[in-house]
Amino acid sequence: MKEKIISIVEAHGSDASRLMDILLDVQTEFGCVSTDAVSLMATMLRISEVDIVQTLSFYHFFNTNAVGKYAVYMNNSVVSCMMGMKDVVDEFEKQTGVKFGNTTADGKIGLYYTACIGMNDQEPAALINGVVFNELNRQKVRDIVAGMKVGIPVQDMVAHYGDGNNANPLMKSMVHNNIRKAGAVVLADYTLGIGIAKALTSDAKSVINEMKESNLRGRGGAGFPTGMKWDFCSRETGVHYIICNADEGEPGTFKDRVLLTERAYMLFEGMTIGGFAIGAEEGILYLRHEYTYMKAYLENVLKDMRIKNFLGNNILGRGYNFDIRIQMGAGAYVCGEESALIESAEGKRGEPRNRPPFPVQKGYKGKPTVVNNVETFCSATRIIEKGAAWYNTLGTSESAGTKLLSISGDCKFPGVYEIEWGMSINAMLEMVGGENVQAVQVAGPSGICLPPNQFHRKIALEDLPTGGSMIVIGQQRDILKDVVMNFMEFFADESCGSCVTCRSFNMILRNAIEKVVSGHAIKKDVENMQAWSEILRKTTRCGLGQTSSNPISTTIKNFPELYDARVKDVDYQSDFDMQKSVEASCEAVGRSSLIHELAKVNIN
Amino acid sequence: MSKPIIATTSLAGCFGCHMAILDIDARILQLIDLVEFNKSPIDDIKTFTKECDIGIIEGGCCNSENIHVLKEFRKHCKILISLGECAIMGGLPALRNGIDVKECIEEAYLNGPTVGKNTERILPNDEELPMILDKVYPCHEIVKIDYYLPGCPPKADLIWAAVVALVTGDELNIPYELIKFD
Repeated sequence: MKEKIISIVEAHGSDASRLMDILLDVQTEFGCVSTDAVSLMATMLRISEVDIVQTLSFYHFFNTNAVGKYAVYMNNSVVSCMMGMKDVVDEFEKQTGVKFGNTTADGKIGLYYTACIGMNDQEPAALINGVVFNELNRQKVRDIVAGMKVGIPVQDMVAHYGDGNNANPLMKSMVHNNIRKAGAVVLADYTLGIGIAKALTSDAKSVINEMKESNLRGRGGAGFPTGMKWDFCSRETGVHYIICNADEGEPGTFKDRVLLTERAYMLFEGMTIGGFAIGAEEGILYLRHEYTYMKAYLENVLKDMRIKNFLGNNILGRGYNFDIRIQMGAGAYVCGEESALIESAEGKRGEPRNRPPFPVQKGYKGKPTVVNNVETFCSATRIIEKGAAWYNTLGTSESAGTKLLSISGDCKFPGVYEIEWGMSINAMLEMVGGENVQAVQVAGPSGICLPPNQFHRKIALEDLPTGGSMIVIGQQRDILKDVVMNFMEFFADESCGSCVTCRSFNMILRNAIEKVVSGHAIKKDVENMQAWSEILRKTTRCGLGQTSSNPISTTIKNFPELYDARVKDVDYQSDFDMQKSVEASCEAVGRSSLIHELAKVNIN
Repeated sequence: MSKPIIATTSLAGCFGCHMAILDIDARILQLIDLVEFNKSPIDDIKTFTKECDIGIIEGGCCNSENIHVLKEFRKHCKILISLGECAIMGGLPALRNGIDVKECIEEAYLNGPTVGKNTERILPNDEELPMILDKVYPCHEIVKIDYYLPGCPPKADLIWAAVVALVTGDELNIPYELIKFD
């Protein structure tokens, strides 16, 4: 083991800031990262063991114990549950003989849950050793487990490939693109090199001006003006970095997956243009761990671009040097927050930083850094190609251009749609074949649960802003139980724990909604939930805590009748059950049930 | 007019909150002028002999007896106060929440480093003993609690201010420093 770890650490330049890659390689080699491996790495990297354990323990996909030769990570997000995850889980457990959260006795198969893996339009889906298995059903599970039992490599179980580049020899994935509507910007026909050639023949200042005039705003969800971000960053001195945030973790979003699959060249071209504008020579694509299956393909795109001289030294003979490396994530929703992403790219826990200073001032390795979303960079390429004036003819006055939507849930045509900003929810539902709709979850769990009487509202940064996640919720769903509880579970799980209110209130709110669903809550509980949501919103450092109470606060506001039907209008109510709460301890010490029946009478 | 009557108890607590009550120092003489004590460790009255105005609860509920006592307090007191972190949130004893209760019992009586000789591997199961709950509950999950006084332990000045305000009916004035803990 020792030699192998030494060679892995050395392959990454014995650089502690590359700890994420080192840990991933060690895990790939040995199936987990053991205590012995940690101490060896600590010595070699000249950091403390605790520094390594901090990072190691933070991410879902790092393990200190073996997770099985075949590690199944089943997506348990809302849409997966809607599309029949329960049956799939049941079949996995039946076929393997173990419950989720465990590994088979022979160490062969491990079953685990994970949050949204970006496949909402083809659920239920699972990752098995990093390979995507979509549209699962009982029969498919039986076949998969049978294959595992005889030791077939996971990749060999992929019988058919998806469309487009999913079938590329370096991807060999069964994922579907489900591109339902191509717009004029990111999904329109694309030729490599027009944007970058144009940018390099002008100057950095002009590129930034063009971006400013385009009114492009960040496509990750926050909507910060991209040109302004580039401008701020370019004014800082010293080394600059450009980072692409490809960590789309908001449950229900999968549009960056399609761009990474079909528009990788356009993305890297956009990063190069951005790098030229701000004066960076190094770019990083931070790719979410769930998309590891694309890594070899993306590396090859980079290689091809280097060969064609769109990356590397003296790009297109214009004297500009720029290159991009891929940084893999390891499973943490909070790393979608730009400063947490930077921490993670530096090999640390993905904890958001205090701001200011903002990343454009002090970002990656303390240097001025621009972090933009995949779709933002792709849009930038098109803007430089076709001009800001053209771009402004699309969309609304405050939201220029197009937006990629990832639409899933109870609709006939789930998939990716490139629309012009300004489309109403009603029009969107007609487009996707959504009927008998009870609600639309706009912008994912951290967004709004929108009721039908607001379906006239427009998808635009000035009305309904979104990073692209749209989940259609049909009449047959129990919103509080199926949706809100699932979302709160997710946030309680994903809080990095740095802010006290985020760490505790997400758990408290999760328990509170469970109390409502179980029918034990009173009116006062709902009032408390509202008040606590507000405290949580105001007292946390990053967007996670500022929005994680939205599933509760927006349903209390928009669907009060769902709460009224479940809560009692009484002064106090306890759901404490004495009999149930003493059963386990009585059994442990060997007291008979007769005794606690008597005791129960005594006490009440 | 008769004096308001106070009862106090310590459930799954460490008696630190009761010590904090005693920290009112010489004001205890004023307190005796203001109120009468009934069931409380302070006067060692074991069972309620009168209906009370204020019940002060230290500690959360970790066993069946705690539940019993807490329900008695709710029955006999007009106002209940959760005093301190353990009553309000479960506190230190609640660190066992999330660990299987069987594992906790075995750690305490069989496997723990401080276990002496228990060669017969006896686990306490006499029917006279209270039964251990699956987890430690804060008081407000068992009965209605009217007021909460935070702290570990709450400051004596906070307890004094709250009790005096309750019995005199004067407005409660709590300086920020009394409930600021960081």
